[in-house]
Amino acid sequence: MADLRSNFVGIKSPNPFWLASAPPTDKAYNVERAFKAGWGGVVWKTLGEEGPPVVNVNGPRYGAIWGADRRLLGLNNIELITDRDLYVNLREIKQVKKDWPDRAVVVSLMVPCEEESWKAILPLVEETGADGIELNFGCPHGMSERGMGAAVGQVPEYVEMVVRWCKANTRMPVITKLTPNITDIRKPARAAHAAGTDAVSLINTINSITSVNLDTFAPEPTIDGKGTHGGYCGPAVKPIALSMVSEIARDSECAGLPISAIGGITTWRDAAEFMAMGAGNVQVCTAVMTYGFKIVQEMISGLENWMDAKGHATLADFAGRAVPNVTDWQYLNLNYITKARIDQDKCIKCGRCYIACEDTSHQAITAMKDGQRHFEVQDNECVACNLCVDVCPVEGCITMERLEAGALDQRTGKKVSADYANWTTHPNNPMATEAAE
Amino acid sequence: MTRLKDGIASGRLSATEYRDNFVDLHPPLDDHEAFVAADRCYFCHDAPCMTACPTSIDIPLFIREIATGNPLGSAKTIFRQNILGGMCARVCPTEQLCEEACVREAAEGKPVEIGRLQRYATDKAMAANAQFFGRAPSTGKRVAIVGAGPAGLACAHRLAMHGHAVEIFEAKKKSGGLNEYGIAAYKTVDGFARAEVDYVAAIGGIEIRNGKALGRDFSLADLTGEYDAVFLGMGLGGVNALEAKGEDADGVCDAVDFIADLRQAKNLGKLDIGRRVVVIGGGMTAIDAAIQSKLLGAEEVTICYRRGADAMKASRFEQELAAAKGVTIRHWLAPKKILSDKGKVEGIKLEYTEEKKGRLEMTGESLKLACDQVFKAIGQKLVADDLGDGAPALERGKIKVDDEGRTSLAGVWAGGDCSSTGDDLTVSAVAQGRDAAESINKSITGR
Repeated sequence: MADLRSNFVGIKSPNPFWLASAPPTDKAYNVERAFKAGWGGVVWKTLGEEGPPVVNVNGPRYGAIWGADRRLLGLNNIELITDRDLYVNLREIKQVKKDWPDRAVVVSLMVPCEEESWKAILPLVEETGADGIELNFGCPHGMSERGMGAAVGQVPEYVEMVVRWCKANTRMPVITKLTPNITDIRKPARAAHAAGTDAVSLINTINSITSVNLDTFAPEPTIDGKGTHGGYCGPAVKPIALSMVSEIARDSECAGLPISAIGGITTWRDAAEFMAMGAGNVQVCTAVMTYGFKIVQEMISGLENWMDAKGHATLADFAGRAVPNVTDWQYLNLNYITKARIDQDKCIKCGRCYIACEDTSHQAITAMKDGQRHFEVQDNECVACNLCVDVCPVEGCITMERLEAGALDQRTGKKVSADYANWTTHPNNPMATEAAE
Repeated sequence: MTRLKDGIASGRLSATEYRDNFVDLHPPLDDHEAFVAADRCYFCHDAPCMTACPTSIDIPLFIREIATGNPLGSAKTIFRQNILGGMCARVCPTEQLCEEACVREAAEGKPVEIGRLQRYATDKAMAANAQFFGRAPSTGKRVAIVGAGPAGLACAHRLAMHGHAVEIFEAKKKSGGLNEYGIAAYKTVDGFARAEVDYVAAIGGIEIRNGKALGRDFSLADLTGEYDAVFLGMGLGGVNALEAKGEDADGVCDAVDFIADLRQAKNLGKLDIGRRVVVIGGGMTAIDAAIQSKLLGAEEVTICYRRGADAMKASRFEQELAAAKGVTIRHWLAPKKILSDKGKVEGIKLEYTEEKKGRLEMTGESLKLACDQVFKAIGQKLVADDLGDGAPALERGKIKVDDEGRTSLAGVWAGGDCSSTGDDLTVSAVAQGRDAAESINKSITGR
């Protein structure tokens, strides 16, 4: 049986599934329910400095977009950091950690960008026995207007400065949470790394407005006729998060920097993908806000069964395995030639592949054969774009099949070369370099 | 109560039972159900459901319009092709048409619920009395239509759109044809047929004269002399005979009359029904009569059909519905003789049949079933005499038409069950009426 035990920057948990700092981790009641359900760890919802807590809006805090059957695909929130008293939170964190010593309890923090503020809060957290801290440099709404959250995360110099303060003032591992609302995610990651952060976590939520109410002409969620951008998360953001994780995992300046992945992780498969892409563990929020804590049971059994099937005994066995396969476009093999194939036994004849190809792509699928509704790929037109595969409602019905070396590509009239050749050496590239003799 | 009274009697059930038995067969979808059902549609290219629909409704488009919260747009998409889309949503054998062709039937054996979605959209539009089509400026042309059934109404609406003045002559007191008189009550509740006639006629330019029967009150020649064009859509007024001895016994009834009486009844408790009923036939009329006999309190109801289940014109769904309601369906039995006592039915003698080289043959073996009432549901026929002298040519007993609905007589079109293209389906009658209207329009305007 696969061993799911995780050790992330020295923080141990029975599995790599943590709950992200968010509403599900705002108080002991929720966190205990999560631990009972099987979650390996939590990042406690962000604490602010001592004093009157922040206040939240009293209208709707969330907006959403949905797929078919109203499956929630993307969630947007305008909730702030914890609005509970600092000491109530600290007492609860201490008690929970005492009651659940095998689970990871990390505390998210966001205080003003002054060293004194950080110096003041760090010992209070240390005293709880928490396993580590996560610096919230990502929250894109509300707190950023006050010079915290994303306002820090968007300026690599600030990130570096605050990480240094924290490293200088606590023995706890420091995880720096990054905002995706930035052009190049590597810049803040490098800054945090340079300042000695133990890890980065990403992505925090993305600036977003989910919809406009067409009766009131106000953005959703609407508070008394007005709205503001919120932070976007859920399955819809997974590809963005995966790409950003890959950029840091591939970056030579960030080499060896542990990553805690966040962003639309909903199933064991999502988690495995992020870990293969270089993440040491994963954090989940929207999926539990949609389905409750019980989903971790599917994630545990799914990951175990996949690891067993593939012969991965521990998480380390597949960690980062996808990273070397992420490259730049210019290095993709232009002699790799595939053609779409439609499995006629699986085809239900909806015709979506045909119309997608006909209207918007390469006119490479025919819709009729001998007067019958029948969909078939024309190799002489197919550029192997994969759109037909993506729009087909039946999984596995359309596949891309590679032409063997020596086979004729009917589209180009050329034989498929066995050699690897990319854009850097392509004759159409004015910058092409001569291949070595 | 007279639940188990022998012979034919009314009031076999309690008022509550009558009410419960005749509720809507497929209750309407609410908003949530409609969104869930609509989300299953794949928006197929050149969709097979659309091809399977005799009126070629753009089904993927109307479902997408429901899914995107635009039910009136959806209704317009439906009505553009089929102005009786509300009734068709209720009575179409969708399991043999659009839903059979649905790719999700192929994929999962569970088609998108096209019929119920169509009802959802058309109900919304009719509840809002949203009229989507106006009349073109008057052309001064006048068209006479015989029969205010699905074919006649569809023809009239399309002609009105083109600016022609339409007069419909309807033999019955109420309009709607088989929608009003010929469909099981639980398929079209709450006076829907009547409401639909009003909705269709609301376009204006359509005058319906009820109680005017061809061959009795006027002749075809009267119409061709007075109007620019004539459309015949009077359906099939006659009923085929059993050709069994003793057919005139008290208790042998036409299923179509029974169904019509039931549809028009204000109090179901006053309708007579036998304790033991036998229905002869294998089509929708047989099923509707049998199920409704059961729902009226008949203790035993048996459908006897002379061929096997696959040959029944009633769909598999309808056959299963009948079985679920407690009707026994017996195959390979042909009626030979009605058994009676003092002129009253007391049973039926049937002979077993078999198919040999595609031909139906009698086996010589027979069966007697005791019963108090026998419904004949072996098909309707055109009363050709009503067409009078100079009638259009017939083909297999129906008015011969070409693919535009033209009869052999210049200026006379026909559609629906009375025409050679008729197939006992409301939706086909609508398509034929609509298409004949386009042909008439082309002909009388010279365009």
